Amino acid sequence: MNQQSAKLAAIANGEAISLNEIPFLELLDFQQTISSGVNRGQRVSALFGAATAEPELTFLYVVLADDEENHLHVGRTEVKGASFPSLTPHCPQVHLFEREIAEQFGLKAIGHPWFKPVRYCHSWTGRDAWERPAEAAIQPAVGDFYRVAGEQVHEVAVGPVHAGVIEPGHFRFQCHGEEVMHLEIALGFQHRGVEKALSGGPDARSLHLIETLAGDTTIGHTIAYAQIIEALSHTQKPVRAQALRGIALELERLANHVGDLGALAGDVGFLPTASFCGRIRGEFLNLTAYLCGNRFGRGLVQPGGVGFDLDQRGIEEMLRRIEILRKESSDAINLLWENQSVMARFEDTGRLAETLAVELGIVGPAGRASGLMRDVRYDHPSGIFRFAQMPISTYDSGDVFGRAYVRWMEIQQSIAFIVEQLKNLPAGKVRLLPGALQSETLAVALSEGWRGEICQVALTDAGGRFARYKIVDPSFHNWFALAQVLRNQEISDFPLCNKSFNLSYCGHDL
Amino acid sequence: MYQEILTRFKQGYRTIKFPEGPLPPLPEHLRGRPLFALDKCAPDCRLCAEVCPVAAIEPATKALDLGKCLFCTDCVQACPAGAISFSRDYRLSVRRREDLLVSVEQQEMVLAAELERRLLKLFGRSLKLRQVSAGGCNACEADVNVLSTIGWDLGRFGIQVVASPRHADGLLITGPVTRNMELALLKTWEAVAEPKVVIVVGACAIAGGPYRGLAEVGDGVQKLPVDLYIPGCPPHPLTILDGLLRLIGRIENRS
Ligand code: SF4
Repeated sequence: MNQQSAKLAAIANGEAISLNEIPFLELLDFQQTISSGVNRGQRVSALFGAATAEPELTFLYVVLADDEENHLHVGRTEVKGASFPSLTPHCPQVHLFEREIAEQFGLKAIGHPWFKPVRYCHSWTGRDAWERPAEAAIQPAVGDFYRVAGEQVHEVAVGPVHAGVIEPGHFRFQCHGEEVMHLEIALGFQHRGVEKALSGGPDARSLHLIETLAGDTTIGHTIAYAQIIEALSHTQKPVRAQALRGIALELERLANHVGDLGALAGDVGFLPTASFCGRIRGEFLNLTAYLCGNRFGRGLVQPGGVGFDLDQRGIEEMLRRIEILRKESSDAINLLWENQSVMARFEDTGRLAETLAVELGIVGPAGRASGLMRDVRYDHPSGIFRFAQMPISTYDSGDVFGRAYVRWMEIQQSIAFIVEQLKNLPAGKVRLLPGALQSETLAVALSEGWRGEICQVALTDAGGRFARYKIVDPSFHNWFALAQVLRNQEISDFPLCNKSFNLSYCGHDL
Repeated sequence: MYQEILTRFKQGYRTIKFPEGPLPPLPEHLRGRPLFALDKCAPDCRLCAEVCPVAAIEPATKALDLGKCLFCTDCVQACPAGAISFSRDYRLSVRRREDLLVSVEQQEMVLAAELERRLLKLFGRSLKLRQVSAGGCNACEADVNVLSTIGWDLGRFGIQVVASPRHADGLLITGPVTRNMELALLKTWEAVAEPKVVIVVGACAIAGGPYRGLAEVGDGVQKLPVDLYIPGCPPHPLTILDGLLRLIGRIENRS
């Protein structure tokens, strides 16, 4: 470990650290530590503000992930007054984090190259980084957009209400003929104020707010939340529960990956795989419902363990169904790779270069398809993944094909993992009730949702309640990559590129 | 080509027979309509109401608001007497908001009746809906989407999700109606020609769901006239299908 990262405290995924053990750095030193860490291959998993008793003082916290060394670095600083110098020009992957800090705490990021709101909501402090009047309503996606001028250049605006059954978002394309020169994405329509609502918890509602951060990632997010509670209350979750969580997490990945491959097939007009996968996706959701009664895994993961157990008959039934689905998915999905016209549309479309993916801090299958070796299950394993190692599936093309193929490789691994776990399910209890949370402590939990790294950070107050709860959905890192790959692409390829990322609006908007 | 045909053959015919034929297999732990056995309750016990994340249970009478309920079963776990259980009855849709307030003595729910004659004549065989996602978590959307897959094949009832409000006979709304979606929702509703129907799916759209009371959301669809309420968090696809079919008079009086 060299001098720079020694300035921060090293902890592992799912660990807690008392607030007064977190190193405090001066703002510029803090920023330099972040950018030199990133230059050495670390990533910014979270960078966020926290209010203090004094309105003129805001704390900033950072969680840097070191994937090679398999640990996290935590540090903090303070911002005095109503602004701070932006780090984005030196470290692009913090661009959205800085906009978020600005929006939530009313702090101007001086020198930020594209200083706009993230979710179009009022700040938590009464101060506004854009000096909008406090009484006036904030209109979503209203304001400056990046414009390209010139003869024959035109703008295409889409959303918030889209043509399909899709969440709302606003897309502005700058086009020259069919070619997209630039795409800007404005989100925030799904903003419900979840982070603010979690402050003061945990209470009766907390778990349900986490379960619905992104409904298709209920398991991924609840695992992170449960780890936070377990870390703060020193609860050792039973191993049987860890295995069941792992099974649920991989079922969630399977349903979504299979669904995405079907949707990608649909977007290029290849209906056999589209319709087979549409159904098979539902069968994976039904397996989650078999475990807990809800297709999205509501109520399954609970702090201290899981809410449902499987008996021997259940294990055999799951194994029987998985085996059928293994064959059916394989038949349906392999049609894609053998079909020339599908491949012609997938290959070379929406290419994300590895260097750009590194610079932007892209996570999940989208990063792995551009050759990035990053997967929380492998790099920062917790729970069952400390015992059953998951290999990382990567590809190097960075195009729609790469993102599709990485999903296919992961599907096969997830199925193998589930079968293995079901056959060797450890005996014992599935839940221990966690006690009170340690006061004035920070806990970090990462989990590899099907879209990529989920990061949650909790800070507790003197009474052991959440003083600040930070959530980073993988979509928060990845939306900008979608905008980037659309450059110099045909506008008609937008649906295909979009689906190949399949990002969450609600997970981003919180 | 040969491979595609072979695979098609292997995958087989998959559309469920419901409503004419049998129900599709439902999960053992399915959380359908909740049942109360009030006689088991200790006097003055309010544990269920206290743990409910969304105040769906009236503490004194134990009347349950299915519109607010997340079907989370926190109340079941909290109840020391085992007075609450969730049945596998998937039929939950109603036409009037007050029909979602289920009192404990009530044995049956007042399930959704079909549309009025004039509307039924217009929409009974062809109902085109524009979906608006107005906040929420995208799980309701996912299980609405599922109805268009081959397993459910919503199209066989003449129900279809269309791309423009101008092509639609009504809206299918999900989500608590965030402040940031209020205007877009209203504009979309205005763009649908009269006569039109409004269907709300999920606890969020009915009463705000887990976000009820937060400053950034509007506690569900409050400003539009609603024709069908489909509760759940999210409702099972069969619950949604059952509701839609009741509305267009395809499941009349079936128990
Ligand atoms: S199941 Fe419904 S009534 Fe019971 S605690 Fe959950 S939300 Fe409240």
